[in-house]
Amino acid sequence: MAIVEKPVDVLIVGFGWTGAIMAIELARAGLNVLALERGEDASTVPNWAYPKVTDEIAQSARNGLLQNLSKSTVTIRYTKNDRALPYRQIGSFKPGTGVGGAGIHWSGVHSRVMPQELNLKSHVTARYGAHFIPAGMNLQDWGISYDELEPHFDHFERVCGTSGKAGNIRGQKLEGGNAFEAPRSQEFPLPPLTDPPTSVLFAKATRELGYHPSPLPAANASRPYTNPYGCQLGPCNFCGFCSDYGCINYSKASPQTTILPVLYRMPNFALRTNAHVLKVNTDKSGKVATSVTYVDAQGREIEQPASMVILAAFHLHNVRLMLSSGIGKPYDPGTGEGTVGRNFCYQLLNSINLFFDKSVYINQFMGSGGVGQAIDDFYGDNFDHAKLGFIGGGVIWGRQTGNGPVRGIPLPSGSPGWGSGWKAAVKENFLHTGRIESQMSNMAYRNCYLDLDPTYRDAYGTPLLRMTKNWQDNDLRMSEFFGERLSEIGKAMGATSIAGRILKRGDNWDLRPYQSTHINGGTAMGSDPKTSVVNKYLQSWDVSNLFVLGANVFAHGIGYNPTGLVGALAYWAAANIRSSYLKDPGPMVRR
Amino acid sequence: MSRLTRNPWLIATVVLLVAITIAVFTIVKRVPDPEIATTLAQRTPDPARGQYLAILGDCAFCHTRPDGQALAGGRPLDSPLGIIYSSNITPDPDTGIGRYTFKDFARVMRLGVTPSGTRLYPAMPYTAYAKVSDEDLQDLFAYLQEKIAPVHEASRATDITWPLSIRWPLALWSGAFLDRSRFAVDGSQDAQWNRGGYLVQGLLHCGTCHTPRGLFYEEKDVSGKTNWYLSGSELDSESPVNLRGNEADGLGRWSAADIADLLKSGSNAHSAVMGTMADVVRNSTQYMTDQDLAAVAAFLKSLSPAPDAGRAHFNPSDSTLRSVMAGDEKSAGGLLYMDSCAACHRLSGGGETLAFPALAGNSSVLSEDPSSLIAVILQGARAPSTTGAPSGLTMPGFGWRYDDADIAQLATFVRSSWGNQVAPVSSSQVSTVRKRLDLTPPVH
Repeated sequence: MAIVEKPVDVLIVGFGWTGAIMAIELARAGLNVLALERGEDASTVPNWAYPKVTDEIAQSARNGLLQNLSKSTVTIRYTKNDRALPYRQIGSFKPGTGVGGAGIHWSGVHSRVMPQELNLKSHVTARYGAHFIPAGMNLQDWGISYDELEPHFDHFERVCGTSGKAGNIRGQKLEGGNAFEAPRSQEFPLPPLTDPPTSVLFAKATRELGYHPSPLPAANASRPYTNPYGCQLGPCNFCGFCSDYGCINYSKASPQTTILPVLYRMPNFALRTNAHVLKVNTDKSGKVATSVTYVDAQGREIEQPASMVILAAFHLHNVRLMLSSGIGKPYDPGTGEGTVGRNFCYQLLNSINLFFDKSVYINQFMGSGGVGQAIDDFYGDNFDHAKLGFIGGGVIWGRQTGNGPVRGIPLPSGSPGWGSGWKAAVKENFLHTGRIESQMSNMAYRNCYLDLDPTYRDAYGTPLLRMTKNWQDNDLRMSEFFGERLSEIGKAMGATSIAGRILKRGDNWDLRPYQSTHINGGTAMGSDPKTSVVNKYLQSWDVSNLFVLGANVFAHGIGYNPTGLVGALAYWAAANIRSSYLKDPGPMVRR
Repeated sequence: MSRLTRNPWLIATVVLLVAITIAVFTIVKRVPDPEIATTLAQRTPDPARGQYLAILGDCAFCHTRPDGQALAGGRPLDSPLGIIYSSNITPDPDTGIGRYTFKDFARVMRLGVTPSGTRLYPAMPYTAYAKVSDEDLQDLFAYLQEKIAPVHEASRATDITWPLSIRWPLALWSGAFLDRSRFAVDGSQDAQWNRGGYLVQGLLHCGTCHTPRGLFYEEKDVSGKTNWYLSGSELDSESPVNLRGNEADGLGRWSAADIADLLKSGSNAHSAVMGTMADVVRNSTQYMTDQDLAAVAAFLKSLSPAPDAGRAHFNPSDSTLRSVMAGDEKSAGGLLYMDSCAACHRLSGGGETLAFPALAGNSSVLSEDPSSLIAVILQGARAPSTTGAPSGLTMPGFGWRYDDADIAQLATFVRSSWGNQVAPVSSSQVSTVRKRLDLTPPVH
């Protein structure tokens, strides 16, 4: 018999970015808010205090901030005819855990979305015709427009103290900013970070090639900053420990640096850590969420009643909770019916290392997660796809994020892999190496989806989430196109040799090397309940007092880093809950 | 007649001794009068106002034990004689102040004498509260009696050992050092200055920490008559800074607005509070009205510099930065600074506005007594979370990493760079603070 706790107004499952955003916005509306977090509490001091946190073995090699896969993980297979096996070691993607979630170990690249990505099906059909969409691609519109989200993109950037340069303010194009970006209502809260050497070379080369480089938006503060909640950030010192690490310097935006200090001062907010949620319970009609059941640190099962439930955990856990709670209809790849688990997408990343001669000095000891120059000339549909034969695009950047021996020192091909030869090559190349990358969209396909694994269960006895996914022809064609662009740019930058990884047709999804944590989709948002799990307000079509946040609501993978869009969607949902749902609880969009 | 009785010297001595004994006995046994104006009886006390006064006096901090019930006492307070535990000041009749009359309350507040005649150690800042007006004491009493729920929790005896635990000599201490006068309005100053002076000398009891003490632990000045007043002190393992107008270790380079900002939010463009002062901002000054903050700032800005002899100098200079950038800085302290401090406080020592305090020209760095600086390096510091500055920015401690000699060199570098000029720090000074903070040295 489960222990039953006192009811709350709002129960939030997961306490990373989206949980923190929803918690403070609804607590400010006067509601009694409780957040349940499966991991531990953490804050800048002591958890990420210098110098202990800058330990490459503990953080990058042993994944100090990530989900413990021995307790719960996912299973993966390429096709529905394969047997899925558990993801036992962190490789291709890095699910976070604990207070702050993946908002702790992210790098800080803080992009928005390209407006056409939100109505990609309509856009592609209008420009290229319906026949341009390949068979088996579940292309669909998101049911929301960029203009609706703009105030929330802007607000989240102000919360994060994002550094950048606007290229378009209310339709007016501005020198120095991104020539392709959609209109912003105002300038970035902070000016761009200073470009490191790789980014300087990248900007010069791409400009000479006729492209349009501009500073990447970075949630790594370029100046001391006080955000709209009053939280204080210190400027980034380019220590180079962002991705995989908590920031020592109050410079990288995270729930801890931008929201939690204010939220923790509010008496109507409470947090319980070590609370692993098993399922969302509904009433007999199945249309009203009544409570969640979780397991606490002592292993006790506890039922927590609430008037509203918000799923704000990491992508994988949100989708699995929908499936294990039996909310919504699970997707069936055979019939194409059902929605939960549909539109599971990822992101593609091509990465090449550039080796220069001794006249080009690149200090690899310094860097920052979001700093860099990027081009959007090949993003989304900014370029004509008619003759290219693929849908999608991405961003190409020259970043410098900091490197160290444990994280891997790139060397020209042919260098010895160990011993004194390797050491000599490292010494020769370390300070003359740069990296450029393309990060590309990943479309939704009928045969890429999530469901519950029939064989494997986690430490709590719940079936693991099963991924069925592999790279598809459309995306690999796109990747090859980007591979050519990267080589072209690398040569223009003056590299004497180039080595790296370009995904090509015939390649399978390799789970071993790190690729990207930007997995998305599975509970898509949309305007049609037959193809989406939540409506444009991120409200469940089936259970109207249940809201689902996170990248799992993406209808397909975008080319940009997802955090900016995930944060803006959370603020959008919170604003509409406050202005409309609380006054008139119930479905916010009629079916 | 014995020879004894005929000896006039002996008789005189005996008479004198008897007289002294009677005098001492009289002083010790007399329950003094707190001198309340008779007209006060006509006044209606205002407990809501009293709540604000309780915040100004920061009663709750000392009178609440960590994780204990508010105002029920029990917090251990360090004193030169040993640990004293604060008393229960909730209106519980048996263990608190429920049976107190207003006169009893005023006597404790102004004279440090309980209704039973017991003398309080001056850990209770009655030397400051003596300045507080009848009206304010009356409202404060009304708040404590009417708005606070009684908590039955007996006060804990001190850890002070006999004979130091004998309380009656405190009566003589009071006779010698307690200035019983109320705050003296200065007609040559405006109302704002007088309000500021009244708050600083009275309920805010700034002098308790910031005024140097004499041989008998008495504050050298409680009324601002001399420039000893608020000229910096030493206390436990901290060195409360000079609040007078000195340019280097005082508030000379701060504007009145800087002072008000610091008290309101815990930080300003120059610095941030730490240690005990962080508790003061957390519990008390962040809740002050803007008017009162401006008054306090105006009063403090009016304090002339204390004599400069032996004090620090500050002549801003970029020579340290230039030497670091040129790769010429090779001192052990300088190298430690670059490794562990410069990320936030910067190579320029200038910090970052409202995020990381500047060390160049920082009054805590430049205090003659380096205890506060050493304590911060050893154990770190957490800014208070306030409405104005909620983040509670925190510096990690380095005591686990660096030994006393390292920290002495680092502190010496900080005290002699960017134009800071004050005496170097020795490793024995670091050892003393480390011991007092009960921190273990690093294991190498």
